[in-house]
Amino acid sequence: MPDLAELLDVLTFRAGFNTSLVVAGTALLGLAAGVVGVFALLRQRALMADALSHATLPGIAIAFLAAGALGAQGRTLPVLLIGGAISGVLGVVCVQAMLRHTRLREDAAIGIVLSVFFGVGIVALSYIQAHAPAGSAGLTRFIYGQAATMQPSDVRLMGTIAAIAILCTLLLLKEFALVCFNDAFAKVDGWPISFIDLAMMALVVLVTVAGLQAVGLILVVALLIIPPVAARFWTDRLWALVLLAGGLGALSGYLGSVLSALLPRQPAGAVIVLTAGAIFAVSMIFAPARGVLASSIRRLRLRLRIAGEHLLEAAHDENAVELTPDRIGRVARLRGWSSPFRILVLASLRRQGLTRTAPSGLVLTAPGVDRGAQVSRKHALWAQYLISYADVAPSHVDWSVDQVEHVLSPALVAELESKLASRGITVPPPPSTHGANA
Amino acid sequence: MTTLAYAFDFGLDLFPLLAGTLAAITCGLLGNFLVLRRLSLMGDAISHSVLPGLVIAFLIVSTRSPIAMLLGAAGAGVLTVVLVELIKKYGRVEAGAAMGVVFSVLFALGVLLIEQAAVRHVDLDADCVLHGQLETLVWFDAPATLAELFRVETLAHVPRQVWTLAGMCAAAFVFVGLFYKELRLAAFDPALSTTLGFHAGFMHYLLMVFVAAATVAAFEAVGSILVIAMLICPGATARLLTDRLGAQIAWSVALAALAGIGGYLGATAIPELFERDAVNAAGSITVAAGVLLTLAIIAAPRYGLITKALRRRRMARTITRDDLLATLYRIEEAAPGSRAEPVAIRELTARFPARPLRAAARDAARRAFVHADAHGLTLTEAGRQAASELVRRHRLWEHYLVEHVGLHPDHAHPTAEQLEHLPPQPPPGPTTDPHGREIPR
Amino acid sequence: MSTIVHPPSAHPKPGSLGERPEHSPDSPLSVHAMTVAYHRKPVLWDVDYDAPPNKLIAIVGPNGAGKSTLIKACLGLVPRASGQVEFWGEPYRKARARIGYMPQRESVDWDFPVSALDVVAMGRYRKIGWCLPVMKKHKAAALACLERVGMGEFAHRQISQLSGGQQQRVFLARALAQEAELYFMDEPFAGVDAGTERAIVGVLRELRAQGATVVVVHHDLQTVPEYFDEVILLNMRVVAAGPVASVFTRTNLHKTYGGRLTLLSEAAEAVARAAGGGE
Repeated sequence: MPDLAELLDVLTFRAGFNTSLVVAGTALLGLAAGVVGVFALLRQRALMADALSHATLPGIAIAFLAAGALGAQGRTLPVLLIGGAISGVLGVVCVQAMLRHTRLREDAAIGIVLSVFFGVGIVALSYIQAHAPAGSAGLTRFIYGQAATMQPSDVRLMGTIAAIAILCTLLLLKEFALVCFNDAFAKVDGWPISFIDLAMMALVVLVTVAGLQAVGLILVVALLIIPPVAARFWTDRLWALVLLAGGLGALSGYLGSVLSALLPRQPAGAVIVLTAGAIFAVSMIFAPARGVLASSIRRLRLRLRIAGEHLLEAAHDENAVELTPDRIGRVARLRGWSSPFRILVLASLRRQGLTRTAPSGLVLTAPGVDRGAQVSRKHALWAQYLISYADVAPSHVDWSVDQVEHVLSPALVAELESKLASRGITVPPPPSTHGANA
Repeated sequence: MTTLAYAFDFGLDLFPLLAGTLAAITCGLLGNFLVLRRLSLMGDAISHSVLPGLVIAFLIVSTRSPIAMLLGAAGAGVLTVVLVELIKKYGRVEAGAAMGVVFSVLFALGVLLIEQAAVRHVDLDADCVLHGQLETLVWFDAPATLAELFRVETLAHVPRQVWTLAGMCAAAFVFVGLFYKELRLAAFDPALSTTLGFHAGFMHYLLMVFVAAATVAAFEAVGSILVIAMLICPGATARLLTDRLGAQIAWSVALAALAGIGGYLGATAIPELFERDAVNAAGSITVAAGVLLTLAIIAAPRYGLITKALRRRRMARTITRDDLLATLYRIEEAAPGSRAEPVAIRELTARFPARPLRAAARDAARRAFVHADAHGLTLTEAGRQAASELVRRHRLWEHYLVEHVGLHPDHAHPTAEQLEHLPPQPPPGPTTDPHGREIPR
Repeated sequence: MSTIVHPPSAHPKPGSLGERPEHSPDSPLSVHAMTVAYHRKPVLWDVDYDAPPNKLIAIVGPNGAGKSTLIKACLGLVPRASGQVEFWGEPYRKARARIGYMPQRESVDWDFPVSALDVVAMGRYRKIGWCLPVMKKHKAAALACLERVGMGEFAHRQISQLSGGQQQRVFLARALAQEAELYFMDEPFAGVDAGTERAIVGVLRELRAQGATVVVVHHDLQTVPEYFDEVILLNMRVVAAGPVASVFTRTNLHKTYGGRLTLLSEAAEAVARAAGGGE
């Protein structure tokens, strides 16, 4: 097991040139993929990127063969990547053609191109391997990635591609956002949406082809999809989303390759993707904006507030100020509260200062009495409205009132009052014991 | 031409051929429902994400026990579906992105675990995952001829993998056979299916479990990545050939078998023609499936591109011929005394482009609708009948469009021009059209 | 079998549609004999219309009548099978800068990570130009538009947190930000509360006062006489069009909503099948 000193060395780029190269290269890749991937996600083309990456394989193999046939050294990275890019784009073109000219749907078209192109690539690769022209040994690394063998030139290439991708995205940020949000409006406004879509696709191709070497074609789509999806949980603003997706992508690359350097034998691509996955899981659960935990807590708070108001209302309607165990029990049974929930409700009421503990038991404070009265009034208003305007039979009123009475805003209450007043119905506001209104 | 140096070697080729073809058929059969329900990409996701299930099964059992592998795959399949649904629902993430997250993370996990397996000297390597290892499946004591294959002693020595695949194939057929109407209903209308008591969610999971199991069974043959081609291509190809589900399933099985056999033979025989070593069989099967699909796209009898183009051209020719007849009729009508006089071609070139006009004239003459000679064209009695019917429809449509639809008479004419050639009959009308001309009976 | 022969473009018979509307070069919107097909099936037959300038114009008709299609075909979002559309006598691409568009609310994913202000600012992008960022002055202009629709305080609210009526107002503000002379609005009143409806009508009247023309796809027949000056009654073809007072009659409404066009729909299906070959 690596120790702390080793860990720090790797983290701070002191663990040797090669390791530092890999860490830097994959971090840059993650940055570019995160930034570009935001718009693939928003345009709902995430899996098109998957088809694209699988479709690069035949291009790489054919580029290798072609370069060899022309006498050049077949293994040079730019040549292979260009071949990959061309066949990747060809794959996307095939998908579009299938959508336009046959009755096949998008999912089938993407799956077909993905697998058939990949199959062609595998056949080509096996041909190359069987006839073993020089330098073919490393071609399979494009499938799983082999970040560990990154050269300085590769990192420079990665850096250049990352810079281009980020620059283009920043320049065209508002155009991309416009087309992703409402392409009909963009078209009417005179924007060339095909060109903008093409630019987005070109950036995806660029990043995909750059990532082939680091994480391989099967997993490069992970870097395009996972960081933006993870970042979405943290923010609702586009700028922040782009920055954060890039940051999380870079973090995945950085941490992932650090970990894989410390644990030899673990293929870097897989570790990077798993790191990204872990970041995603943490984001989905713990992010305060849209994370599952935060949403659950918000929902619970709302339920507690409503439940508390039911108790207050019950007390008010019986003209009492105590919350006797009897009264609480009755409401709890009626609404099916579990015991833990009941405890939480009472605690919440106490925390909001709506009840206090008196020698005789649980007692409503003045604000508590006010609130109970207000909720009761809203109940009456809404019930009257349903009966008078919506022709709901009085016996059916209670259910929907139950839901609605807690969420009527002051504006809505005012509108209710005026509507009922026009029919001569009034529900008098409760006298305030304290002058405080909700 | 070099003599065909290729000979089917039962020892080397029968086993892989069987394995590849059985795998193809199984996946092709199940894939029909994925394609119908637009879940092809779920098949893609599952075929990637069974990997960790497989490897974990290996690590636990330490041998390639088919039961363990199938269980591992089924578990991974269910896990995939569950995770995707969770992420879609609680993360408010769209379906494609959710699948992308799940399958790539699970696949990465699988790749990692393969390394672990290698450490423990369990024999499972990454290439196998990609494209299987059909070439290495050797059947010792294979029958030497086709006749021998069907002897009982031979069957006792069939390799385990073929039995597994055959078993899986049979299970798939049984599944589809038993649940045919439920699968069909759930594919077409999941909501109705659930209300009728065939819980659509359950059918969904069941289908995915079978897909996962098929992926794993085909694993050794074509690798888990190329399975997706066999899941989608035969079904998609069959979709282009027919509209009925039963026919589609039959076609997809046939096409899958064809791809399996053709792909395998192509991988071994074609390189031998050029005196090269065989290429990867699984990839070749995939390519064969793709070729069949492309052929269908181009040449399918109803939906193929060629057929559609031919149909359009035929329709255009018919319309031109009919227009020619109708024009000749109207010329006759406008000058009642000129019935027997031929109409010179050049009088008509104002309205028709030259080449279609000549073709239409030839066609009309062939059907004895017109009499063509050096002076021009004359309507025969049969031609007059046909033309009068056309003109009748045209003028009735014009009447309807002006009186009931409210089109301006100037515009009723071009619209009626289109409609007169098409099946619906115009509603009955008066004896004169909006322009005051008589409507023939 | 005697025949009476009249030259082709005879006088229209009584009972049929009246004179073809004159197409004036000043008209903000001139549609000539436009037919539109969806997947080769004609959905709009031979539409002929001239919009008078500086009016509020409603397009009404039953479901599937082609109201949205009419707007989309004018704007080039949907291809035309035949016919022409001119704006102040010019083709669309020349007149684009003077046209504003408010699409249907359902046409976007409201969970998109932008604020109300961001959406309204999109209406100014043409003026900002390629690659340049949205500067303070553009944001101020966008904010002004939001305030016109009564949404000033929601400028930085994420759009998924807005109610349906508020979202509709944001879309309206975006169209206003385009600073146009001719506006197309697709169902701006769909699913909005009374307050939003009042606000939108107020904005429409302001626009008219400023000299703009507004064409609105509207679904609520009750409010047509109150809100609009002109109306187009549409059911796959123009049944009647003109000032509300004269055209919005019971007879015309009956013709529009009466549903006697099954034969036309059948014919449309036949055209589609013939052209597409059963796709």
